[in-house]
Amino acid sequence: MKIELTINGERREADVWEGESLLFTLREHLGLPGSKNACEQGECGSCSVLLDGRLVCACLVLAAQADGHEVVTVEGLGEDGQLHRVQQAFVDAGAVQCGFCTPGLVVATAALLERSPEPTDDEIREALSGNLCRCTGYQKIFDAVRAAAGATS
Amino acid sequence: MAVTEKAAGAYIGSPVLRKEDQKLLTGQSRYIDDLTLPGMVWASVVRSPFAHATIKSVDVSKAREAEGFVAAFTGADLADDWAATLPCVWLVTEDTKQPMHRPLATDKARYQGDGVAVVLAETRAQAKDAAELVEVDYDPLPAVIDPEEALADGAPILHEEFGTNHCFTWRLEGGDVDGVFGSAPVTVKERYRQQRLIPNAIEPRGVIAQYLPAQDEYTLWSATQIPHILRFWLAIVLGVPEARLRVVAPDVGGGFGSKLNVYAEEALSLALAKRVGRPVKWTEERSEGYLATIHGRDHWQEMEYAADEDGKIRGVRARLVVGLGAYLQLVTAGTPILGGWLYGGPYDVEAYSLEVVGAFTTATPTDAYRGAGRPEATYLIERTVDALARKLDMDPVEIRRKNFIREFPKTLASGLTIDSGDFEGALDRALEMVGYDAVRREQEERRQRGDTKQLGIGLSTYTEMCGLAPSRILGAILYAAGGWDAATIRCLPTGSVQVFIGTSPHGQGHVTTFSQIVADRLGVSIDQVEVIHGDTSAMQLGLDTYGSRSLAVGGVALWNAAEKVIEKARGIVAHKLEVSPDDLSYDGGRFTVAGTDKAMAVQDAALHAFTAHDLPDGMEPGLEATFVYDPPNFSWPGGAHIAVVEVDTETGAVDLRRYIAVDEIGNVINPMVVDGQVHGGVTQGIAQALWEEAIYDDDGNLTTGSMISYLVPSAAETIDYELDRVNAPSPTNPLGVKGVGETGTIASTAAVMNAVVDALSPYGVTDVEMPAKPERVWRAIQEGGAS
Ligand code: FES
Ligand code: FES
Repeated sequence: MKIELTINGERREADVWEGESLLFTLREHLGLPGSKNACEQGECGSCSVLLDGRLVCACLVLAAQADGHEVVTVEGLGEDGQLHRVQQAFVDAGAVQCGFCTPGLVVATAALLERSPEPTDDEIREALSGNLCRCTGYQKIFDAVRAAAGATS
Repeated sequence: MAVTEKAAGAYIGSPVLRKEDQKLLTGQSRYIDDLTLPGMVWASVVRSPFAHATIKSVDVSKAREAEGFVAAFTGADLADDWAATLPCVWLVTEDTKQPMHRPLATDKARYQGDGVAVVLAETRAQAKDAAELVEVDYDPLPAVIDPEEALADGAPILHEEFGTNHCFTWRLEGGDVDGVFGSAPVTVKERYRQQRLIPNAIEPRGVIAQYLPAQDEYTLWSATQIPHILRFWLAIVLGVPEARLRVVAPDVGGGFGSKLNVYAEEALSLALAKRVGRPVKWTEERSEGYLATIHGRDHWQEMEYAADEDGKIRGVRARLVVGLGAYLQLVTAGTPILGGWLYGGPYDVEAYSLEVVGAFTTATPTDAYRGAGRPEATYLIERTVDALARKLDMDPVEIRRKNFIREFPKTLASGLTIDSGDFEGALDRALEMVGYDAVRREQEERRQRGDTKQLGIGLSTYTEMCGLAPSRILGAILYAAGGWDAATIRCLPTGSVQVFIGTSPHGQGHVTTFSQIVADRLGVSIDQVEVIHGDTSAMQLGLDTYGSRSLAVGGVALWNAAEKVIEKARGIVAHKLEVSPDDLSYDGGRFTVAGTDKAMAVQDAALHAFTAHDLPDGMEPGLEATFVYDPPNFSWPGGAHIAVVEVDTETGAVDLRRYIAVDEIGNVINPMVVDGQVHGGVTQGIAQALWEEAIYDDDGNLTTGSMISYLVPSAAETIDYELDRVNAPSPTNPLGVKGVGETGTIASTAAVMNAVVDALSPYGVTDVEMPAKPERVWRAIQEGGAS
């Protein structure tokens, strides 16, 4: 089936199979491999994207469900070749190690700060608890989220 | 050397921001799953649902009808494709039993997940669907998961040719063990369980294999920590010339030892690419990985200490029974032995005895998981030290102080020599940071008032050996490879500096830290340094990344290669400036002659080396150097970690309140990167103590088969740790570095469990099996009170 959606501000079309996940469509049909596949069962958050501004696991959303909707992926966060402030905060805090969880965490953080510009620590923990990182122990990710929040307020 | 160069410039020791991050943060990284080749087909492996079963027949006929089907092979079909078994690099004794391990099983399946057939199809989904149509007729056999049960009479035998599940018994003794134990006034004996763990790198494993018949050339892209080692062994397994095989590790998303292996799918995909004449891709599903990627730990541990009344430990006697799983993967047998010299800990012990018994079990093979042998050692040592302190009614701090090694170099009763350390300095700092007396006071107050939330303080003072390793020692202990590493520096004529390293990072930030080393040593800007890694055709020499070795071996090779570049450049510059090489000083990337205005930058020397119009007689053109560094000793990090936990005595819930880590890891190249390594390592060790466990049922089914049932900690479980360092630089290498990749995991499990037991000591609790889940803690309180 054909779907039409807005991805990172651009109208895109794709020819998808009914059972296909949005993650698969993004990665394999639309040339956007930034969202990662680490479990395909909604457990790790590596595939996190924004669907109409809401954080979802792209591995659990059917491509067909995104038809007519708006999707933002990690590729679409920054503007004019500049890193988004969340991405920059991750660099500055040393919050990236292997990087496989990173796109998902960056998108999740951007969603959090959109919703709650000055989150408490508990809010941050809660908001990021769906994104697993095996490398960092989350401490520098926390530093990054706090710094990015500070940069807005 | 004739000049006084700075040992460290502006970059070494600074928290330089990572050069790797831009691509990783913007989705421009290229992991295996992001790569595609024209004409590529997908592989799906048919895996045994049984832990132990005779394979009576495998029928692929229905799969042939499936949409997109390309080919299917059984273990028997491919049996002749293998020139050798999948390798184990370390058969730890002369009589270690190594079973034949083919990429697909032919006679029996020996663990749940053992591959029995493989199907190729046009897409991943089609390959998976077709694989489900393969019909395998199994005759189930009894399973055995516990290593002690596997050694008992009547246990089901995995490999009939051996007539036993016993794989090896490795022993090490030093000092007068019988004498010390015979005369010691105090002894304690403890027994603990090191549960099985699943490494859970967030990037699943994956491979793409290509075969070009016209060239008879193979290329393997793999999510691996070890492209060089992989190339060597796959050439042997496939029986192809090593020169015809290129291995590339693209961006790799974490490993922790789980990608330090030669896996069935790596060999399979190469063989299949040749058979079908198309590139073959395979990526692991998470639950598939839980079965098909190595596990860690799985020991029964026993420790006996012989001590004086005042707490001085005189002898240690330890015995481990290790569950190896069904086959020997790359370091399966050697993993427990990596802690084999360390069961005295950071303590001055005169008599040493260790016996390690390896047993085959019908489970996924165990192998190196972050720390590999050393977390297990530290756990047993540190738990037993606390047991001894309880017996003697001593404070855990006091007993450690009584026993620390203070003079270096110190040759251990186990035979190796610790060249440097500062165990007491680390402990002092950690105690100061935690405010030990105040925390003990609060603990006492809570005990007095019978608070339902009891406080526990747990110490873990540790040493470890890493920087694997002096090649001669590795040879002496039957390890099949060397322990050197290599680096090449090439100064390009246009000014940039290309660096080729033999280590293979997968999250550790080598591109940044190694750039710091080169930039400082050569006196150039870090932006001029380009680090290339993970491709055997770009850098043939290398032994890859594991065991916290990359900086302590590869980083030192790099430093020494920079020395060689400077020396060659010195000859060129001296010739051009018509001075003696001894008159040249080198600083900030420039050679100068004292008292004159004669000077030349190293980049200009590189251009002269390239044009070769006017080089000294006999000098080879080009400005590049390779150094292969074989370390003269292991490196010896150490430190002191302290955990403070609150245990709810009504529910058994353990709440980690504070965690202090003071590490002694030698000189630090990039403190930001180092902190990140400690954070991640500590988290994995805490997770072993509190949350993680791979559980098999009696039939050998892995019941923790997904991220839903196996608790990988999220941001909701972790806390912020308090870090500091003391320093006793390594005297054996010019950078004074030691290694930090595993220290956190090595230290933290014991600290947390000592804290849990400490909290519950008024209840008579002396042990809680890991992970200390609420139910187990609660039960221990009920049972402990009665004893
Ligand atoms: S890949 Fe979607 S949650 Fe893991
Ligand atoms: S940085 Fe490796 S999983 Fe998060």
